[in-house]
Amino acid sequence: MSFVRGLSCRECGRAYPAEALHVCEWCFGPLEVTYDHDAMREVLTRQRIASGPRNLWRYADLLPVDTHEPPGLGAGFTPLVNAERLGAELGISELYLKDDTRNPTGSFKDRVVSVALTKARELGFRVAACASTGNLANSVAAHAARLGMESVVLIPHDLEAVKVLTTAVFGGRLLPIDGNYDDVNRLCSELADEYPEWAFVNVNLRPYYSEGSKTLAFEVAEQLGWELPDHVVVPIASGSQLTKIDKGFSELVATGLVDAGVRGVRVSGAQAAGCSPVATAFASGAEDVRPVKPSTIAKSLAIGNPADGGYALDVVRRTGGAVGSVTDDEIVDGIRLLARTEGIFAETAGGVTVATLVKLVDSGVVKRDERVVVYVTGSGLKTVEALVGRVSVAEPIGATLDDVARALNADFVTKAVA
Amino acid sequence: MPADAAAAGEVGEASEAGEVGDRSVTVRVPAQLRSLTAGNREVATPAGTVLSVIEALEAAHPGIQERLLDEAGTLRRFVNLFVADEDVRFLDGLSTKVAPGQTVSIVPAVAGG
Repeated sequence: MSFVRGLSCRECGRAYPAEALHVCEWCFGPLEVTYDHDAMREVLTRQRIASGPRNLWRYADLLPVDTHEPPGLGAGFTPLVNAERLGAELGISELYLKDDTRNPTGSFKDRVVSVALTKARELGFRVAACASTGNLANSVAAHAARLGMESVVLIPHDLEAVKVLTTAVFGGRLLPIDGNYDDVNRLCSELADEYPEWAFVNVNLRPYYSEGSKTLAFEVAEQLGWELPDHVVVPIASGSQLTKIDKGFSELVATGLVDAGVRGVRVSGAQAAGCSPVATAFASGAEDVRPVKPSTIAKSLAIGNPADGGYALDVVRRTGGAVGSVTDDEIVDGIRLLARTEGIFAETAGGVTVATLVKLVDSGVVKRDERVVVYVTGSGLKTVEALVGRVSVAEPIGATLDDVARALNADFVTKAVA
Repeated sequence: MPADAAAAGEVGEASEAGEVGDRSVTVRVPAQLRSLTAGNREVATPAGTVLSVIEALEAAHPGIQERLLDEAGTLRRFVNLFVADEDVRFLDGLSTKVAPGQTVSIVPAVAGG
């Protein structure tokens, strides 16, 4: 039994029932799930959560589903890594990485899909659908297979080969579209009207879907011993994840699970320079996020018209964070820095986030004595082509001791000179 | 079909009405606004600009304009308009020309990610 009251328009406050609705009929504002926080507070304890399953359903009381421990792939409760070496390199005394590469399909999307498709089943849907930049495609196709649902996944035609293959393998319908993600997203918005029997996780199920990202905040607080971090750095695509992480921290305070702290959690965002509408608005002081045409190797963040961009901007400004952006070369540097120091191989979005962290430390936005958490939201195995031509591998050598000695010496000499 | 359908009638009937005919554009209406268009997914208006299309929609389906434009007459934050599949924010906004035969799509902005 959940504590959901219903849906409410974030802009005008109109109330709607907890059905497959995502847009206010009056003002087109986004609908959000509302809860009875007083009733929630009565039953919710740290002990109740700690005795739950080691996945995101330990926070079921804070999520918009009724099913008790629903079936799925076991998303969530990923490691919070104490990043001592990366922290030392950047001069940050307390740095953690939320390693969401360790989800069933290798990205944080398993969280939002778990919630969306659980709700979809409760509402009687049998077809799961989405518009995706790749990670969501993987997750929807995999979860649909596990849950015995049909799936229809629409993607831009030029995604990374791995993301396409690792979606197709699950056997649902996969439709590459001749266009970019914003084109695919618009198409899905129109398709959702024409196929109301399909659960588009990020269209008509979006209010439930997006709530899944709150677990990224819940887990971090629990893993820090029920304390809040001082500053989090989050990648921005649509902006939904960042706003929901902020909401997650707020709900922990509202339900009495953590103390508010003196300053609250500062939230900073990370974008690729080739698709940085939110960073641009932040830098210029603009209130509105102007859409752009994306061109970046960080394809999972390549949303030129971010639905929650304005809300993400609001969160960053309210909490005293910043939004940074980094070039494609810096993204690859970020991937390599994370891999070299912590043994975690992130996709391009992770490179964006780590490289942005570096910049925010240099510019003094992220303070070296803050307790910092960086969200690493997807696995590098999905975006290996970003490294082709950027990470060098030695030419083959003979299978002899001499050849190896020569090669190592040459390599050591190169390093010494560099 | 309402009497003012000639200004913005259901596609397919517009040419019968005679006044729009080949000069018409098709407007795709999202589910959220179909209560104003008698349930129709598509309606026709005369060609012109995005603004003139909206004004023609308002004449035929009173109440639709305030759902699309705010009090200052600018496009609401959570409404996307596309002319021939291009977001008008990349074109000339409400002044974007809409040629006969083109399609104007009204699409809620909140989706995706």
